[in-house]
Amino acid sequence: MSDNPLFCVGKSVTRKDALAKASGEALYIDDYSYGGMLHAAAVRSPRPHIRIKGFDARAAEKVAGFVMLVSAADIPGKNIWPVVKEDCPFFPETESRFQGETLALVLAETRLAAREAAAKVKVLCAELPFVEDPLAALEKSAPKIYGGNNVFSSYVIKRGDVEEAIRSADAVVEGVFTTNYQVHVYLETQGAIAFPEAGGAMTVYGSLQCPYYAHDAVAQALNITHNKVRIVQRVTGGGFGGKEDVPALVAAHAAIAARKSGRPVKLVYERDEDFISMSRRHPSWTRMVYAARKDGAITACKAKYVLDGGAYATLSPIVLWRGTVHAAGPYKIENVSVESFAAATNKAPCGAYRGFGQPQICFANESLLDKLAEKLGMDPLELRLKNILRPGDKTITGQVITGSCGLEEALVSVREKSGWAKRRGRLAGEGAVKKGLGVSANYYGVGLGAGGKYLDRAGAHVSVSKDGSVYAAVGNTEMGQGAQTVLSQIAAETLNCPYDGVRMTEVDTSRVPDSGPTVASRTTLMSGNAVIDACKPLRGRIFKAARELLSAKGAPEGAMEASGGEFRAGGKTVSFSEAVKECWAQRLKMAEHGWYAAPKTSFLPENGQGDAYVTYAYSANVAEVAVDTETGAVRVEKLYAAHDLGRAVNPRLALGQMHGGALQGIGYALSENLVYKDGALLNPNMSDYVLPSSMETPEFDCSTIERPYEDGPYAAKGFGETPLIGPAPAIANAVKDACGARVPGLPLMPEKVWGRLKDKA
Amino acid sequence: MKKTAAPMLKCVVNGVKVSRAIDSGLTLSDFLRGELHLTGTKTGCNQGECGACVVVVDGKAVNSCLYMAVQANGKKVITIEGLKGKNGDPHPLVQAFADEGAVQCGFCTPGMIMSAYALLLANPAPSRAEIKQALSGNICRCTGYEMIFSAVEKAAGLLRGRGGK
Repeated sequence: MSDNPLFCVGKSVTRKDALAKASGEALYIDDYSYGGMLHAAAVRSPRPHIRIKGFDARAAEKVAGFVMLVSAADIPGKNIWPVVKEDCPFFPETESRFQGETLALVLAETRLAAREAAAKVKVLCAELPFVEDPLAALEKSAPKIYGGNNVFSSYVIKRGDVEEAIRSADAVVEGVFTTNYQVHVYLETQGAIAFPEAGGAMTVYGSLQCPYYAHDAVAQALNITHNKVRIVQRVTGGGFGGKEDVPALVAAHAAIAARKSGRPVKLVYERDEDFISMSRRHPSWTRMVYAARKDGAITACKAKYVLDGGAYATLSPIVLWRGTVHAAGPYKIENVSVESFAAATNKAPCGAYRGFGQPQICFANESLLDKLAEKLGMDPLELRLKNILRPGDKTITGQVITGSCGLEEALVSVREKSGWAKRRGRLAGEGAVKKGLGVSANYYGVGLGAGGKYLDRAGAHVSVSKDGSVYAAVGNTEMGQGAQTVLSQIAAETLNCPYDGVRMTEVDTSRVPDSGPTVASRTTLMSGNAVIDACKPLRGRIFKAARELLSAKGAPEGAMEASGGEFRAGGKTVSFSEAVKECWAQRLKMAEHGWYAAPKTSFLPENGQGDAYVTYAYSANVAEVAVDTETGAVRVEKLYAAHDLGRAVNPRLALGQMHGGALQGIGYALSENLVYKDGALLNPNMSDYVLPSSMETPEFDCSTIERPYEDGPYAAKGFGETPLIGPAPAIANAVKDACGARVPGLPLMPEKVWGRLKDKA
Repeated sequence: MKKTAAPMLKCVVNGVKVSRAIDSGLTLSDFLRGELHLTGTKTGCNQGECGACVVVVDGKAVNSCLYMAVQANGKKVITIEGLKGKNGDPHPLVQAFADEGAVQCGFCTPGMIMSAYALLLANPAPSRAEIKQALSGNICRCTGYEMIFSAVEKAAGLLRGRGGK
């Protein structure tokens, strides 16, 4: 973009929103209230599978402040929430498929009254048979809750001759691996406020990642055209995928209630409701085989991958697709057979969670790879180095890896930093506490890829005011990851404007066209490129005006230096705001729309071959753990990680993604354990669902590797999800190194580790 | 139903005297957010587990979602809005959280800062282990805590340098 050295991209500038958030000024959805506003509370299904006969609201109506009950009959539009498949209603009419599903809403004058009244609504129903286990759901005899076979979707990847490769291999290993749910537990629960507008229009404010999904849902629920819907994101207290799809349901519920009551309606979830009914990471079951030659070259991978999708398809088809594409790990393998299924069960629908179907299968493949190393008598890190994807190699979908691939450097980095060669297998413990090191490698397709290619575009609107201040609007959201900061840096760099002069606010669907979801680590790449596209013509005008002003000041014609918000030539200086003022004086157009559509991707359904993603991010992790062999308790003492992200637009923010993602990965590995019994969730709270606290966070040694991605904004790729993917298998492999126990199921609860140790003894 | 007189709550919030009749069932977090419109205090679980609602009452960090408003009678309450530096500048803790990368989604941040504030009142030069312990009731889902620890250490140094103010 520029011959001048970068002055803003690549710098750890302070976050745009940090002071407002730290001082308590930032306004989240529940911090807003309006005159005449009603509060909504959900009436939820009492059992995992019921025939709905009606509601008895007589007791609820007696609660002071009760206003009305809202249910399926009040939906003006089509009662189908538009996601991937059309199977989930906004409110179920005759049948509810999981315990905790929202059946109706109570509206009342206060939140307490709404909650009290909702608790008093009796759901008249008959129980139906239900299925809880995904493997059981795939049996012929299972109660059918989706289609004729309870399969939401299924994929295959076929390459080479896997059976022959296994027969002729020197070493073959096989294993079955399972992973449990993981819940996002974003600190701010779900919430929305809907405002009925004149002419049948509707505005909804919400805590959400994907405003355009909410836009589609509200338009469909209310049977109004898209130009009558406006979705405005409010400062969002964490998402991690959990505010991808489900906020559209929450927004639609609030909008249906606002339409019926004619008043603004606030719907904010309590923590237990959030646990019971909102999205979460799919539990998984994987059977996998690796085959290799004596020298360690992997010749085949065969896998069957099953996800527990829950009661409705929601995002299961694309979560499954991403997991399937990445199933064999970041390795060059000629013979591959992967088959995958997302099964329907009578539990809350699973959806997007940072990693999106990859952490599950990565746990399986990276655990099994260590088993292969053991069988071959090789060092597991060296086995990985022998097989990893390098530029020019093909993935299991046949995609040729391009130049932006730093996996080798990442593995070497964690090997050196952790002192791997000298310390693995030799760490001294103390008494019953044994210590060990474990490694994992992974890669992550950036953006939506072929699985979501029709949504993979993004817009931006950049406006330069006559005072020299810049306003940038995009369609991808800030949810804590730092999007506003990184995109402001990209705008500042492109315009040669001071970073402090750029302002962004939360996404408003009336400002920027549908830019797809804020997911798949795509925002820096997609919105970043859209911002550059909007800035380019502005840059041309501003640079021309600056050059004219420099000439007017007596600077010689020719080259001009542009950096840090100043233009310089021949000892003369023109500031960004002076140049902008000149543009306005010349009556130039000082606002532009930008657009970026992702390069082409492909995936053939019959064999799973194609260029699945535009590019990949790569990472390697080494975990250093301590295992108390008397209790089975595992503690991560240190985590080494290295990530190839193309370029870190803001190194401190990138580091924040690495630390935070890794700690979520540690929670996933060790303590986060959602428990269902007879279709009921037993631990919908933060006491019994155990999150890593300040006491569990390890020492981090994380670094970036920058292998420029030529189509990225200033060579950046997305990478926000990769930090979560690698830690769990690295920890499991470290536990094995420490004490000899191989636990094939996440989370590695103390009793499971202890059980394995006991079996071994 | 017989109406009982609502209890009076008299306390000092962020240096301002407050006196009003309240519902005896009101939590301190609902009182601060709903009645005083001090929305900087967040509620993430309403069960005392997440720490987003931490405020300082008579020098001690409390989960305001589990603390009844009437319990604050006669006491001094400090919320995130009450933390100001010299001349209305951001308080060193607030500034350090912003500068050190300790803020991501920000929802835990006010409560986290109030726990750190209570810690520094009692212990102006905490070790990292003491910081970890003092913040162990505040869940942050975004940052991995590392930069939060650094921010508290930095602010502690700044505050010591100017006599704790």
